[in-house]
Amino acid sequence: MSQAPIAVPSAGAAIRAIALNTFREAIRDRVLYLLLVFAVIVIGVSRLLSLLTVGSEEKIIKDVGLSAISLFGVLTAVFVGVSLVFKEIERRTVYTLLANPVRRWQFVTGKFVGLLVVLALNVVLMFLALAVVLWWHGDSAWPLFPAILLILVELTVVTAYALLFSSLTNPILAAVWTFAVYVSGHLAWSLPLLKLKLPEGPSRLLCEAIYWVVPHLDDLSIKSEVVHGLPLPPGQVGVAALYGISYAALVLALGCLVFERKDFL
Amino acid sequence: MSPPADASLPLRLIGLGKAFRGHLGIGRTVAVEGLDLEVGPGQVFGLLGPNGAGKTTTLKMILGLLRPDTGEVRLFGESPSSPLARARLGYLPENPYFYDYLTAEEFLDFYGRLRGIPAARRRETVAAALHRVGLASRRATPLRKFSKGMVQRLGLAQAIQHDPDLVILDEPMSGLDPIGRREVRELIVGLKRAGKTVFFSSHILQDAEMVCDRVAILDRGRLRAMGRLQDMIAESAPWFEVAVRGPLPEDHGAEVLSQEGHEHLLRVGDEDALARLIDAVRGRGSRVVGIWPRRETLEDLFLRQVGHTPSGSSAREVRS
Repeated sequence: MSQAPIAVPSAGAAIRAIALNTFREAIRDRVLYLLLVFAVIVIGVSRLLSLLTVGSEEKIIKDVGLSAISLFGVLTAVFVGVSLVFKEIERRTVYTLLANPVRRWQFVTGKFVGLLVVLALNVVLMFLALAVVLWWHGDSAWPLFPAILLILVELTVVTAYALLFSSLTNPILAAVWTFAVYVSGHLAWSLPLLKLKLPEGPSRLLCEAIYWVVPHLDDLSIKSEVVHGLPLPPGQVGVAALYGISYAALVLALGCLVFERKDFL
Repeated sequence: MSPPADASLPLRLIGLGKAFRGHLGIGRTVAVEGLDLEVGPGQVFGLLGPNGAGKTTTLKMILGLLRPDTGEVRLFGESPSSPLARARLGYLPENPYFYDYLTAEEFLDFYGRLRGIPAARRRETVAAALHRVGLASRRATPLRKFSKGMVQRLGLAQAIQHDPDLVILDEPMSGLDPIGRREVRELIVGLKRAGKTVFFSSHILQDAEMVCDRVAILDRGRLRAMGRLQDMIAESAPWFEVAVRGPLPEDHGAEVLSQEGHEHLLRVGDEDALARLIDAVRGRGSRVVGIWPRRETLEDLFLRQVGHTPSGSSAREVRS
């Protein structure tokens, strides 16, 4: 082999390489297909649900379809996201990887980007399945697009949390914590109401603190608006997306910081 | 204050120390203590010690995977956290495991990217590295179909793919059959010939004896001995082992190593003592049936340094 100059990959090249490997790992994992097939089946049978329920068939299909896309997307983000970093540590592949001229934050960011690409592909496939079902009913899936975009933003936040927690603890706890954030994020709207019912003191402060810390995932859900064709305030989708992406970036930065300081025993 | 950085020195450890907290933060296990060590360019350096001596902990600190509690690591004069320093090293972990969903070629291509090798050259380095470890015909095989020995070879291929100046190998011969071990030794010798520095850990002494210029013996986290292998072994005087058949004379002046009936194995320190022993044995009517000049082996030295305890049992419990 010829003498090579000292080469260090650019941050972009390192992140791309790790993202590509993460993408390969996820798409060669059976769990992903299991979730995806299940989601498509749920979307497919949403028509059956619409027959059993009173109301407009299309609306029920849209409602069930969007819920399925969101839920299966979150399940993928949590299970695949949590296991990705943990597997690297558990199988010690991270040792050889980090012996390369790659910085730790580039590793975490690469994992994040790779997983996001997988999730985006997942969501697009599920959305196509929903579009086919709706087309069969003579309806268009296009008006649902803003909701799909915000589901992707929501998955970005959940993925960032999954990576943060999986750098901190074992996969089971990391999954539990990520779900806890997801659920509390969707209930964030109720916290100010809860605060009013609490007595002055620490519990009220805690409630206030949780309100400020958890991601307001309920702001990213515009399912009822798009399903019922209600008008969206101008700029709402853009502001919500900007909020979600900034929030995810902060959590990702925190995850990088934690990983940067980690000792591999 | 940091000592002056010497960019020509591939590896330097200065007062390196690391301790681990026990379960729930109770208790403290010292893994490595006050380790000073220098590896010059072009050397093959063996870090030897029983299981649990702190070898893997030391390697992890060298790679920047563990932060030392005390002291520091210098790779070509830089901290292991510098990508520029890590760009010049190749690393093979102990019992390596790689992504089993990749093929050998995909894996090396991935690592080539992480090393900033441009696409045009990557293909070439991947093929050359696979050829060098005898895996050229398996380039498209998924790693989940690789045997343990093949994974080890692939680990070596990734460690040398980018032509690093310093190659760090953690127990490179463990788990290999005799042919595989010989191949690893040949590879180390080949790297040395190409002017590379090799730093490896092992508890298999014959391997070290065959390829190392210098060794350090680590036991319970502390450095017990270090130096050129020939010097360390030559420090002890040579001796002779003598086999005698028949009754031993009263005043033979030798150490009896073993005895079975009238067969004796004796040890004498030098040629004069040997001559006196032969005369005394003949005078008693017995026969000298064999004489072997002996020199201390690395194993003798090692056992002397780690206190004659079998591997493993001498070490404090150390997480590695």
